[in-house]
Parts: sequence; C-alpha cells; structure tokens
Amino acid sequence: MKDIDNELERRRAAARLGGGQKRIDTQHAKGKLTARERVELLLDEGSFEEFDMFVAHRCTEFGMEQQRPSGDGVITGWGTINGRMVYVFSQDFTVFGGSLSETHAQKICKIQDMAMRNGAPIIGLNDSGGARIQEGVASLAGYAEVFQRNVMASGVVPQISVIMGPCAGGAVYSPAMTDFIFMVKDTSYMFVTGPDVVKTVTNEVVTAEELGGATTHTKKSSVADGAFENDVEALTEVRRLVDFLPLSNREKPPVRPFFDDVARIEGSLDTLIPDNANTPYDMKELIAKVADEGDFYEIQEEFAKNMITGFIRLEGSTVGVVANQPLVLAGCLDIDSSRKAARFVRFCDAFEIPILTLVDVPGFLPGTSQEYGGVIKHGAKLLFAYGEATVPKVTVITRKAYGGAYDVMSSKHLRGDFNYAWPTAEIAVMGAKGATEIIHRADLKDPEKTAQHTANYESRFANPFVAAERGFIDEVIQPRSTRRRVARAFASLRGKSLQNPWKKHDNIPL
Amino acid sequence: MFEKILIANRGEIACRVIKTARKMGIKTVAIYSDADRQALHVQMADEAIHIGPSPANQSYIVIERLMEAIRQSGAEAVHPGYGFLSENARFAEALSAEGVAFIGPPVGAIEKMGDKITSKKIAQEAGVTTVPGYMGLIEDAEDAVKISNQVGYPVMIKASAGGGGKGMRIAWNDTEAREGFESSKNEAANSFGDDRIFIEKFITQPRHIEIQVLFDSHGNGIYLGERECSIQRRNQKVIEEAPSPFLDAATRKAMGEQSVALAKAVGYASAGTVEFIVDGDRNFYFLEMNTRLQVEHPVTELITGVDLVEQMIRVANGEALTITQDDVKLDGWAIESRLYAEDPYRGFLPSIGRLSRYNPPEEVATETHVVRNDTGVYDGGEISMFYDPMIAKLCTWAPTRAVAIEGMRVALDRFEVEGIGHNLPFLSAVMDHEKFTSGNMTTAFIEEEFPEGFQGVTLPGATLKRIAAAAAAMYRVAEIRRTRVSGRMDNHERKVGSDWVVSLQGEDFAVRIEADHDGSTIAFDNGSTLRVSSDWTPGDSLATLMVADAELVLKVDKITSGFRLRCRGADLAVLVRTPRQAELAGYMLEKVAPDTSRLLLCPMPGLIVKVAVEVGDEVQEGQALCTVEAMKMENILRAEKKSVVSKINAAAGDNLSVDDVIMEFE
Repeated sequence: MKDIDNELERRRAAARLGGGQKRIDTQHAKGKLTARERVELLLDEGSFEEFDMFVAHRCTEFGMEQQRPSGDGVITGWGTINGRMVYVFSQDFTVFGGSLSETHAQKICKIQDMAMRNGAPIIGLNDSGGARIQEGVASLAGYAEVFQRNVMASGVVPQISVIMGPCAGGAVYSPAMTDFIFMVKDTSYMFVTGPDVVKTVTNEVVTAEELGGATTHTKKSSVADGAFENDVEALTEVRRLVDFLPLSNREKPPVRPFFDDVARIEGSLDTLIPDNANTPYDMKELIAKVADEGDFYEIQEEFAKNMITGFIRLEGSTVGVVANQPLVLAGCLDIDSSRKAARFVRFCDAFEIPILTLVDVPGFLPGTSQEYGGVIKHGAKLLFAYGEATVPKVTVITRKAYGGAYDVMSSKHLRGDFNYAWPTAEIAVMGAKGATEIIHRADLKDPEKTAQHTANYESRFANPFVAAERGFIDEVIQPRSTRRRVARAFASLRGKSLQNPWKKHDNIPL
Repeated sequence: MFEKILIANRGEIACRVIKTARKMGIKTVAIYSDADRQALHVQMADEAIHIGPSPANQSYIVIERLMEAIRQSGAEAVHPGYGFLSENARFAEALSAEGVAFIGPPVGAIEKMGDKITSKKIAQEAGVTTVPGYMGLIEDAEDAVKISNQVGYPVMIKASAGGGGKGMRIAWNDTEAREGFESSKNEAANSFGDDRIFIEKFITQPRHIEIQVLFDSHGNGIYLGERECSIQRRNQKVIEEAPSPFLDAATRKAMGEQSVALAKAVGYASAGTVEFIVDGDRNFYFLEMNTRLQVEHPVTELITGVDLVEQMIRVANGEALTITQDDVKLDGWAIESRLYAEDPYRGFLPSIGRLSRYNPPEEVATETHVVRNDTGVYDGGEISMFYDPMIAKLCTWAPTRAVAIEGMRVALDRFEVEGIGHNLPFLSAVMDHEKFTSGNMTTAFIEEEFPEGFQGVTLPGATLKRIAAAAAAMYRVAEIRRTRVSGRMDNHERKVGSDWVVSLQGEDFAVRIEADHDGSTIAFDNGSTLRVSSDWTPGDSLATLMVADAELVLKVDKITSGFRLRCRGADLAVLVRTPRQAELAGYMLEKVAPDTSRLLLCPMPGLIVKVAVEVGDEVQEGQALCTVEAMKMENILRAEKKSVVSKINAAAGDNLSVDDVIMEFE
C-alpha cells in the first residue's frame, strides 16, 4: 500500500509540473500564469477537483511515444466560485504548447458532458498553439467533438471563454460558440489565419496583435466581450461575472443579499435629461443609480458604444440591461449596436434573466454604409430577439423613442410587460422638424409657418401622453423614483409564465 | 422692516441672503438667466423672475433688466451679493432714483473706494498706512537711490508699463537700486517702448489680511476682527480663516481702528472690508476697500456670532447698530475652503458640467464644533460655463485653530462631488501642509509649495496603515457577502480566509483579520494591531470607520480586487488579495502606458461645429478642442494630455468621416 501511495504522489507531482520548471519559468517571464495557477485563481481556494490528471496521448508518430506527459496539455475538473459549481478546463502551454490532441479533446468533452448533465457553467481558459500536428486528423476530430458539445451546451449552461495566450485556426471556433469571450491584453490573440499566412496569401503585413489582439476583438470585430490587463484581473472579473449568471437554464438567476434601499430616491435623476433635446447625457449614470449598489457588469463596453449592455442586480437578483447611449451617435440603432444588443437579449432570454431596457433612441443611422452592410437584417435581429423573449421585460423611455426604433426597443407591442416613460419622453414617428417638413411640405418656403407647425407638432407629440392615451405606455413615472418603480415591476413579474409556440427552432435573420 | 427684497445675484450668495431674509420674515425675489432656470436660488426664493440669456452681460449685470424685475416684483430693497453689480455706483443710483433701498453702502462711498488712486489718497488722509512709494518720474539712477532711501529698503523698482516680471527688480541697498534702475529702464524700453519707472516698498513675506467693518447710517461703526486670505492662486482666494494666526492684539487693534477711520472718512454705511498687505514684521499697508459683502464673510460670522447679511439689511432699513466695539468678541477659530470646479490635476482648468453626485457633509452647530456649507448647487445640478466655477464654501469652526483644521479635514473627506473635476484633493492637501498648519504662510504659498501644480498627495506610512486596515475589514465584509449567493453547494460553501495582503501606494501590508461582533482586529506582520469598526456595507460610497479610536472617512468605489479610496487628498487604488493571489500577481508585468497619439481623430462621422483652439495654443489635458455634431448631437472633443497644437486640418462647417485627422499636436 505504501508503494502505491508513493507512486501516486510521484505521478501527481510529475503531472503538476506540466512541461517542466523551465517552461513554467518562461510562461511566468511573459507575465502569464500556468494553467494550474489560473485554475487556482478562478476557483474558490481549495475547491478544485481534477479529472484525468494521468491521461496521456496515444500518438506514436514522429517519436511522440518518447514524451507522454501526464494530463496531455490540459487541466480539467470542477470547483466552486463563491460556493457555486462550475466546470473548468485550462490549457497548459508548457505541454506541447497547449496543443490539442485527441486525448486533450476527450478531457474537455468529458467536462462539457458533465456540465450539461449536472447543470453548471463551463469556463475554458485557452492558451494553445492549435492542433497537435503530429496527430493529424485525430486532432481535428477532437476539435469537432468539442465544437459539437459547445453547440449542444449553448443555452443549456453558460459557457465562458478566457483567451489567455494564442488561440488560432480551428481552435477559435470553440470560444466563438460560447456565450462570452474575454481576452487578456497584450498576451492573447485570436485569428483564423495568422500573420504569416496573411502575408503569403494577401501580401498584407500585420502583427499578431493588430490582427487578433484584445484591442482588435473588443473594439473592431466584437468577437470578444471584454479585455483585462492581465491574468489575475481577468480571472477575478470572470468570478464576478459568474456571480451574475444562473448555473443553467434549469435554474433562476442567482440572488444574493444586498445593501441598498429598494425604494431609494435619486433626486439627481430629475435633471439627467438636459434642457436642450440635442445635448447628450450619460445613460450609464441612470444604470448606476437604478442598480443595487451601483454595480454594473458591462458586456462589450468597447464596441458599438451607442448601445450599452450588461448586468445589474435589483433586490439582489440579476437583471440584464440594454440601453441606448445618447453620448455616442445620439444613441441611434445601427448594424453594430443592433447585433450587440440582440445577442445580449437572447442570452438573457435563454437563461431566464429579466431584461430592463432604457430607451433614448432617435432612430436608425442613415447612410449607404448601413444599407450596404445590411442594416435591415441586422436591425431585425434585435427586433426578433425582443419579440421572442419571454422573460420579464421592463422598459423605461427617458427621452426620444422615434420611429421604427421605438418599436424595436422592447416596446409594448413586443410583449413588453411594463412600459414606463419619463415626463421628458417623446414618442413619435420622428422629431418635430422632420415631421413638419413632410406633413407641411407646402409651407416649407414660409419659415414662419414652418416654425408654427413645428411648435404645434412638438406640443402635440413631443411627450409621453399620446402613447399613454393608447396604453402603449403603462405609466409616466418620475425619474427620481425609477429604481423603486422598476424594482417593483420586476418583483411583480417573478411568477411570469409565457410560452412561444412549439417549433424546432426559429429562423432569426442571421 | 422691508416686506420683500430682491437679490440681484445668483449661486451660493443668493441662497445665503435668502436664508437670512427668511429668518427675518422678509419675502425674497430671485432673478435668473436661461442657464439658471433650475438653479437652487430660484427654488429657494419666494418668487423668481427671468431676466435674460445666460451670459451675465445680457442678464445679471444689465441694470435695466434688474430695474424691470424690481418694479415687477414690488421689492423694496435689493441685496447685490458680491461681484456683478455689487460695487456699481450706477446701479445704486438707479435704485435710489426709484426709491428702492440698496442693501450696501452709499453711492459716494462706492465711488470713492472704487478708484485705486483716489482710495489710496483718501486712506492716506485718514491716517491709514499705505505702501510707501514714489509715483512721479524718476530722472536717473542717483534719483532712484535717493527715493529708495526715502521709501526704505527693500524696494521694488517697476516699469509703469510692466507686467509678467519684466522690467522689475528688487533692491536691498544703494548699489542694487542703482543697477536695478538701469536694467529695469532698459528692459522696459525694449519690451514696452515705455521706460517710465517707479519705486515702491517691497513687502517681504507678504500676507493678505483684511478687516471687516460694519457701519450704520447714523455714523456708528465697528470692526469685526480680521480674516487672513493668504492662500491664493493667481489672486483668487482659496482658503480663508479668522482670526489670522499671525496678528497680535495690538496690530489687530491698529488695523481695525484705521479701517474704521477710513470707513468713517467716506461716510460708509453697511458691511465693508478693508484689505491690507502685512509683511513679516507685522507692518501693514492698505491695499483697497471692498464696498460689499465678501465671499469669505462666513468665517467672520462664525467667530463673532454676527449675521452680516442681517446687519446689512437692518442698516439699509435705517436702523442703528446695536453692537458696540466692546461687544465684539472673537471666539474660537473658523476656516473656509472654497470648493471650485477646477481640476487640480489639469492645471486647475475649469471643469463644467453635471454634478452626477453632490453630497456635502452634514451641517453641524454645537458648542465645540461647527460645519457650515454655503452653496448654490444640488445633487444633479450643473456647473455652468457662464459663471464663477465655485461649487461651495465649506467652513468649520472650533475653539482652536488646530481643531478647526482637523474638522475641515474630516468635512472635506466627507464631501462627495462627482461628475466634474474639482479641487477637493488640493484643499485637503493644504490642510495637511506643514506651512499651513503652522500658520506660517504667505501669499506665495501655492506657487512656492506647488511649483509644478498639484500632483496628488502621498500619504505618510501611519495613515496608509490605517487605510490598509480599513480596506481589509471592508473587503472581508464584501467577500463574505459574495459567498451568500443562492445556488451554492450546501456544506461545500466557500470559507473566506483571514489572511490578506493589502497593496496601496506601492506598499504591501500582510494582515490577519480577526472579526467579532463589534468589528475586527487587524494584525500586521510586524506584530502591531489596529482595531477597526464601522457600519459600512458594500455599495456605500462613503465609509466612516473608527480605526484605533480615531475616525477615518473614506470615499469608496469598487475596483477589481479592491477599492478606489479617496481621503486626505489622496486617490488610491487599494488591492486586497489573499497571500496566494498576491504572490501570483507578482508575476504580472508592469505595463507601460501607451503613447497617446499626437493626433485628434474624428470619432464619428459628423459636422465640425466649432474649433475651440488655434495653431500654437498650449492646451491642457481635458481642455475642449472642438465640437463635432453627429446625429444632431454636439460632442465635445477634449485634449488627452497637455500639448501644443501644431496643425489644424478642419474648420467649422466641415463634414468629417470617422478617423479623419482634425488636428495635430507637437
């Protein structure tokens, strides 16, 4: 028995050393943590239970049988984040550059299967050079097995990817199908084809950072949902995100004790809307003042800034927020903002997270670049997402809600549960000037008459009452009491039950 | 007594006057411009009358508009506050022509004291000491030496047309006077084309000390002690106090009596202020008389118990003073800090905009402690570009100067202002500055002690340790709450540990927390302990803690793995990590801040509405560079760092695309 114990300890020690101290030191020198250290920081202290520590690859080509390190370049298992179960895999760059072999893939698949069965999120920490070339098609098969499980898990358990090193080629498609991708600035990159291939094929010269670094993916491509300064910060913030998410689609979003007055009055919100309708203001101030303790976890902060998406808590319980941002492009809808918000709404709906929509939208962004880019179908994604969502939906119109964008932004007609408006709301087909120019085209040459028409239109339509008279707005609320009203609305919707007709799946305009 | 008065002002002073009027049972009328439609003084007054567009020269200082408002409201008297029309004789005349009382001095006094040369002459005649000097033409170097000797060394030799230090010399003896005269003359001729030179006494270690006087219209007058206003930045007072830590009783009496003599000489009636410059030997020289209520009047009120606004109203109503000089007793010490919307980290650049949070410390008035906050803004209000960027005047009073300063430190720590840049950290820094606490300051304090501007505060080790203990205790509370989330695995919950490493201001403190029902004991690795107790809960933006039996007030924002804590002028990122987290964090690389571009790019497709700078302009970080209109919204683009504009590629009216270069910097 003693011998076996010794053997176990020896094997464990060997496995823990991954690719050896020298490679660990190299990893550290790059400002990166090892796969095990990352798991340690991600999970509650001492909570990690490892699977498949002794798995080794079976490849015999190219002399691979000479090197069969335990674990085969990925650490898998489960543990807790603030006591709630999550499954995790963490690729070990010190072992064959974290490359994916058949057995490496099998280890990931095992925890994917368990996560789905047991109802807990999957967090992948990616740091891999790509396919294990020596294994050939077996490695590709391994990828596909992982991909298929990503697809099956989508909407069943939250899937989070953290890119903490290279992630290139086919490897990108596993994170791409997860719910959230986070990147570590300066040490991670993602691309389908790397700079060398790009150079060969297109003659384009580009660095890995420019092609697929954190800045590229958070600001330009929107592939990533957020970027963090370093490994430690990234893992700490992923823990914070997990605190907002339900464990699976079989569970309600988490609730935790909160230290904020549900009926907190924020007098300062009464003056949030500037006197001049063309002056922007920061919608994030409203979000922070509505949220429990001002805590807001923003998703895709750097992309399509005219739309804000993220999580807050009300009465300790998670709520997804979608809001127009008047500070950027007047908060209009366009291709990027529609896509961003649509994906967020669908995530919330899939995981029973209620949605708060804050509206100040002047319409869709006009222009050839938008039309050529297919704003019709992209805008329709958001419309579709709101229309199909069955979770509690509360909407507050703070200022403009013009035209088709009014319909899109979780209007009453898209099965909005509570549709509130501030007294400053203007719900109309368009702004007074534009409307006058169309309705009273004949008088356009007479500035006096036009001004009169504009004033008339403003007094008749630039308010929340026309919509309220028809019941499209349930109530006009005071800005100062927004938190209390919104929290009460969601509280009243805790028992909401709404089913869409049976279908195999919908056909959202992708 | 008047039934109704109009306050010809805005902001905090209008609010201040309304408070006293209300106490006296007098109805108040506020006036407001477009920008002040929702201002606090408008909300506080019984009536409010709109008097025009936002710029003061189209509203608050247009006498005709005011007269109209007075007629419309039927106000019997007008309080002018300070600034605007408060020292405008024409306004006072216009009022008297309509039989409306001016709550201020007679027209004659305003006129006489309004002119620098006349006022100095009158002062000399009234026996008030003035800065010795010779205003006539000086013929040659020998003449200059003669005059210098008459004035008494040290002297300042100045070009009449001078400015910016050019053509200016200080001479301590005959030789220097001779040389100084020649070089000043040459420099003046070359720089200004005007070589006229004059000589006056050079005041060493100058301090700005002023005397508050109060006169009725029956010839009775008193002085209410002094105020020291030496902490100034570019002639703008920042911190004032009463009494002055520098004056002795004899000097105070001499200055007070001279001030009373001067006021008497001009037939003064109302509250007024005689400003002096005082040198290191307590010689004092008259500077000017302000014929109005001063911004810093609250410190005098706090040490004398006299409501100056009330006295002004009574005097204007023809009442005789009921206070005699013997009644005036200076009690305790009062400090005033002027909170300005000026960003100290950006060269005190005015910062306008929305106060997304304005939460002043609670006002207190007990036998041993007073906190008074005079303000004209509110939570969610606006600091407008049109007027003085003052947010509030925060005053503390205590029996002694040291306690009043400590009270101010705590009050500043409690003052929450968000949304705009402001000088709170700078005010805190001054309160902890040895030259200020010792009372040993001159008017050069700010330029000498902050020559490179304000760079933030580095806290001493003992304070850091207290903050570290507080942060550890707070972080533990927040972490324990996180473990109370629903959906956790029963019997396998996360246990929050007791060992932490707190990192702040480049220092690491390893601590062990032992918590009990009343708080926690924080043990440091050197064996010392600090007891922390507080009712702070996660999300509170202000934490009041007892740390080892002394209060600590922190402004708290959550950041990854810790808090942003602000206190005593310091702005700290405080990280609280387990020993293992701290160890692994040690592998993280220090990142070099990316080089901010030398280009200003258009962030969105839009129309350039305005370019606010010109080629060659030096711009400060945060300064508005240009305005781009997109989707009918005006977006102000600001400088990311201090720089000089080298090229401007766009002009108002241009339509730009994303990433078009608007301007370039050196």
